[in-house]
Amino acid sequence: MTSESTPAPTPAASAAATPSDPPVLTGSGAILASLEKLGITDVFGLPGGAIMPFYDELMASTAIRHILVRHEQGAGHAAEGYAAASGKLGVCIATSGPGATNLVTAIADAHMDSVPLLAITGQVFSTSMGTDAFQEVDITGITMPITKHSFLVTKPEDIPGVLAAAVHIATSGRPGPVLVDVTKDAQQKKAPFIWPPKIDLPGYRPVTKAHGKQIQAAAQLLVESRKPVLYVGGGVVRSGAHRELLAFAEATGAPVVTTLMARGAFPDSHRQNLGMPGMHGTVPAVLSLQESDLLVAIGSRFDDRVTGKVSEFAPNAKVIHIDIDPAEIGKIRHADVPIVGDAREVLLDLLPAYRAAAKDQAPDYTDWWNRLETLRSQYPLGYTDDPDDGLLAPQWVIEKIGELSGPEAVYAAGVGQHQMWAAQFIQYERPGAWLNSGGAGTMGYAVPAAMGAKVAQPDRLVWAIDGDGCFQMTNQELATCTINDIPIKVAVINNSSLGMVRQWQTLFYDGRHSFTDLETGAKSADEQTRMVPDFVKMADAYGALGIRVTKPEEVEPAIKLAIETNDRPVVIDFIVSRDAMVWPMVPQGVGNSSVQYARDHAPDWDEE
Amino acid sequence: MTYHVLSLLVEDKPGLLTRVAGLFARRGFNIRSLAVGTTEVEGLSRITVVVEVEGLPLEQITKQLNKLINVLKIVELDPSSSVQREHMLIKVRVDNATRSQILEATNLFRARVVDVATDSLVIEVTGDTAKVEALLRVLEPYGIKEIAQSGLLAIGRGSKSISERVLKN
Repeated sequence: MTSESTPAPTPAASAAATPSDPPVLTGSGAILASLEKLGITDVFGLPGGAIMPFYDELMASTAIRHILVRHEQGAGHAAEGYAAASGKLGVCIATSGPGATNLVTAIADAHMDSVPLLAITGQVFSTSMGTDAFQEVDITGITMPITKHSFLVTKPEDIPGVLAAAVHIATSGRPGPVLVDVTKDAQQKKAPFIWPPKIDLPGYRPVTKAHGKQIQAAAQLLVESRKPVLYVGGGVVRSGAHRELLAFAEATGAPVVTTLMARGAFPDSHRQNLGMPGMHGTVPAVLSLQESDLLVAIGSRFDDRVTGKVSEFAPNAKVIHIDIDPAEIGKIRHADVPIVGDAREVLLDLLPAYRAAAKDQAPDYTDWWNRLETLRSQYPLGYTDDPDDGLLAPQWVIEKIGELSGPEAVYAAGVGQHQMWAAQFIQYERPGAWLNSGGAGTMGYAVPAAMGAKVAQPDRLVWAIDGDGCFQMTNQELATCTINDIPIKVAVINNSSLGMVRQWQTLFYDGRHSFTDLETGAKSADEQTRMVPDFVKMADAYGALGIRVTKPEEVEPAIKLAIETNDRPVVIDFIVSRDAMVWPMVPQGVGNSSVQYARDHAPDWDEE
Repeated sequence: MTYHVLSLLVEDKPGLLTRVAGLFARRGFNIRSLAVGTTEVEGLSRITVVVEVEGLPLEQITKQLNKLINVLKIVELDPSSSVQREHMLIKVRVDNATRSQILEATNLFRARVVDVATDSLVIEVTGDTAKVEALLRVLEPYGIKEIAQSGLLAIGRGSKSISERVLKN
């Protein structure tokens, strides 16, 4: 929410006096008025029968921009991209039944990645509920496991309170998706509109300020450590704790690793940043965790893609675990010092505590850094820049996009190889520059998320780095972009296959490429596939600028043309090698010490 | 197998039971028994869950339950510091030869006969799990036709109440 807007009333604020003569509004009018009062300025959605009363109100709103999507999943991911790029709440709207179920993937995605999302759905008349009415589904039931909370509203007088509570829940504590399902009769009937409403959530009191004793214990562990690593996760981005992290990291001098969700939370250009840990992490990042004697986990959750085989993960390390969600602490790995709190507030408290402890006992990390610098110089991220098939190296294309667009741009990725390369080969210097579907791994995230990011931050250059598989799942939103003047750039890293699955088939299934050939690109420089669909023609059909790139010398001019073209969306179809693989890699089910720098090439490391 | 008795103070909202039960299923926790009812405070319900913990720390269960917006408080009730009761209705086969023996057993367990027919009796018993199971074992040889059992109910001993601190806020 913007600073000039009215924030969600907290339970304490609800005691404020209410206007003596509240206006009587329809439920639909109350939804609109509540959203406006809550400071919401942009929503993504698609109307249908059960949400039509609200859409009738929405048409007249000047405070809220509604962007009509082409598929409700697009509305959901657009709202996610909007939220992830700006830190504001994302809002998506759909009708009952299939409209609502089409939001499910995006809601699940937001749940996994802690994205503040409000989903508003229409529901059939309350009198028809439970009768298998036309377009009836129990969407609060369906989304129960994938929302932070969900509400069913059947009375117009409940609307302001529910929406204010929904926004409060979605944006506070560990952020997440909240669904509000409103029956058609609740939208049509009238009730006095009372604002601010009373928010009564006695069971919801997120702890943001950490326990002082735990802060002291953490500071003590830090000064005793010889091989600490700050293991930074997406919580730092959500909490807006990047400045506090920078100050804390520089005060300690400890190495930093940024997970997939935390790329940009700590500048890539910073000497202390070892890069991304995990299955496709850098060798120094992966091995720093393995060899560490103290992990300071900040807003990270020991995801299996980071830990590999948990029993072999960081075997000699003690753990300080900082998280706003108490359930994350000890879920996967025992925490020697558990700290429940908001990352930003905790780091603000931890810094002086560390300084005080270090005064008598300044730690010396010289040996540790010597080891890490050796790893860094021996195992830099790299790739083969001239694939045998004569096609473009996808990593090089992505690296070029990052170089020419810079750290102020926003990069939204789909899921798969291109996502990993975009995480590896673009330099991220600020939070919110990197958007992706980390926990859920939702193919098709990129285009709508980039669209949402561009709506939130119209002055930024916004790229969707997409794969040819992902792109075909949600590219209909190009129509939304063209018609609503949302000039995103789409780089299709077209390897003509479901590349990550193909890579696993090559490595672990004897090269049997079962149903991963999409025939959208080329088999080699001399052999095209049928190229169905032709992405350049498709871009043209959507009113976007389509550019095909097959040769190295075309790469830079195409990216520059895309950056300069702002009167319509741009799609660049980069025809790249399908045999390129993501390295380094820790195969699934083994310990992270088995990281391979390239195929059949494991780095040396000192087994302790 | 280790069991723990959890008492949850919850807001009485539609779908609440689904949220709680769904969470147990989704996170792989087994429920052995479940009892839901009203409390002394209007709008609040109490759920007593007997949960099976094998290899899963109880802490993770309570933390996940605490994340549910409508759950106000969770306490674990230890058998030594709480009263725990189950309630069971048992329909047992009788004839002229066995009736008096069954009535004797019923009296010994301080259970009650609540329905009489020529060839059956319905016996009501209340007690902790061990007592209820013991009566069942005694009656088994006569032929049990049907049983209906409640979930375990539990309440802490002494003057403290689960809703006390919650209501102060």
